[in-house]
Amino acid sequence: MPVTEILMYIFLFATLFFQVFILLTFLDTRKDLFKKRNFNISKFPSVSIMVPCFNEEKTLAGTINSLLALDYPKEKLAIIVIDDGSTDSTPDVLTQFATNPQVKLYKKENGGKYTALNFGLERITSDLVGCLDADSFVERDALKIVVSYFLNDKSVDAVTPSIIIREPKSIIQKIQRAEYYGSIFLRKMLSYLGAIYVTPGPFSIFRRKVFTDLGNYEHAYNTEDFELALRMHNNSMKIVNAHEARVTTIGPYSARALHKQRLRWTFGFLKNIIDYKHLFGTHNGALGVLVLPSGIIALLTIIFFVSVSLYNITILSINKIIALQAVNWKLSSPSFSFDLFYLNTDASLIIGIVLIFMTIVAFTYGRKIADQKNLLIGEFILFAVLYVFVAPLWIIHSFYNLLLAKSTHWR
Amino acid sequence: MNNYNYDWKKYLTALLITAFIFVTSIAISNHFSNQKLETLRLIGDSISIDILSSDTQFDLLEASSCEAVDNSTFSKELNALGERLSFAEKQRSNTEEVQLLKKQYTLLLIKDYILMKKISTRCEVEPIFVLYFYSNLDDCSDCTRQGHVLTFLREKYPQLRVYSFDYHLELPALSTLLSISGITTADILPVLIIDDEQYKGFMELNDLETLPLFKELEAQRIAEEEAEAEEEANANSSDASDTNENNSNEIE
Repeated sequence: MPVTEILMYIFLFATLFFQVFILLTFLDTRKDLFKKRNFNISKFPSVSIMVPCFNEEKTLAGTINSLLALDYPKEKLAIIVIDDGSTDSTPDVLTQFATNPQVKLYKKENGGKYTALNFGLERITSDLVGCLDADSFVERDALKIVVSYFLNDKSVDAVTPSIIIREPKSIIQKIQRAEYYGSIFLRKMLSYLGAIYVTPGPFSIFRRKVFTDLGNYEHAYNTEDFELALRMHNNSMKIVNAHEARVTTIGPYSARALHKQRLRWTFGFLKNIIDYKHLFGTHNGALGVLVLPSGIIALLTIIFFVSVSLYNITILSINKIIALQAVNWKLSSPSFSFDLFYLNTDASLIIGIVLIFMTIVAFTYGRKIADQKNLLIGEFILFAVLYVFVAPLWIIHSFYNLLLAKSTHWR
Repeated sequence: MNNYNYDWKKYLTALLITAFIFVTSIAISNHFSNQKLETLRLIGDSISIDILSSDTQFDLLEASSCEAVDNSTFSKELNALGERLSFAEKQRSNTEEVQLLKKQYTLLLIKDYILMKKISTRCEVEPIFVLYFYSNLDDCSDCTRQGHVLTFLREKYPQLRVYSFDYHLELPALSTLLSISGITTADILPVLIIDDEQYKGFMELNDLETLPLFKELEAQRIAEEEAEAEEEANANSSDASDTNENNSNEIE
């Protein structure tokens, strides 16, 4: 068997194993997952939500208003807005909140998101600390749900929500909506496994002791949310997912913007993984033995399949050109006859179909967890078709940057 | 503080399920491969019987059998079998089985070729076939291109029979044919034999089309097209005259 075929089956086995493991986790936990919980809390710890912003004139007001509308005692909730040196009319947008007792406005010189967050952290004394990206919006009951997770389990150090793409308009945003349903499912399963590896910008909430014990945010290759989660694991801190707490976020509109975002995420993932390589192994639970290795394998798998596909397409094209050249470019009349004999019945294709089926299951339950009733089929097909062409670009670009020691940018 | 309780049973279960899916997929794939080979065998057997039947028929009826023998469908069936075999060879599954089928196919080609030669001699009919000797190994860089040219010609002229023989196939009957045809080395491949003339090396499409065989085929194709066009024109004009007759009847 040629080396490429052996590698292909190894990658397929590893990918299939991860999917099977996640679905087994789902089977074990589905009763708890769909249990109706009571989120009427009697204790209300003090909470500060930081909103770092840079040139967010279009969405900032909506973000702050969604925080102000949270079903939580107003005297227990502070909103800390840090303008990181905006050059558009963000400061003008903020003036409408200047007299609101819940909102504290700060302005600083531009230094990047993590500097804005650290600026906010230095001014916070509440029990719980969270952040919300300036293009994201929380549902009314989100904070109460998150707080209930903290109250029910004293060992929880951070809680992440379910993130949903808000009102997708472009095709790129629609495929992200489908993709995020899969993430909702995966994040919940990782929560049950104690292996959440990122505390995302939109509405991750921490006990303040996380920062007093571990220190502030780092630059971390513009993925401070990922680095903090790994640092927490490094110090045996617990991160869980409150799937009932929903946050909507505006996804990148164009393919170019998406590529830039995902390049930053993937590059950040790779660089932080290298910094925290000691987390790999059997001493860090499912994170070290399954999740982080699977993350690397997933990226390598995509690169492998794209390379093989490109190679095959190139060979096919060259053969076609040779064939046409041999007959002086005279095209013979096309005849379409579907013959089952020529159907590809390779084992790899059958395994691929099983993987697609498992992905559909994950997306369907992710959608159920997010309690969304939109039509999914069209978006899933869009996701499957377009993602196959779009995702490999940023993954290959990330590895290219990694190997050539380049860096990524926010904007 | 996190307490890592490894659920080793779950890891093992996941491993077993994954292995099961893998093994099942491979088994299903093998099942389909075997089915395809069985299909090839059946086609081969069917053609074999038809050739034997024609041959026997021909021998029984002697000179008066020229109209009786009709194996025009063989060309299509043999081509289809050849294409499927080529596909199966590329899939690399059950290589030994595929090679056996390839030998059976080659024998059928030789048998069909002998029969066609007999018919063309006895019935004084122009032979419409080409013998093509090639190699799939690295010793014939022009063979792929020659194959494309012949495929194009076969599609253009459906009545053309192309007998393709793999030089490296170990088959005594093929060795005899190679010896008769004077092909003793792979260096001269590809080789075409048309109207008992041997052409060594790559033959361009333009050069082939100047040969008497292809000129005759082209003339036949043009004649058929003209006949079809005339038939269509007659059918249209008779429709038009029917319509006129009906209209005039209505007016009356």
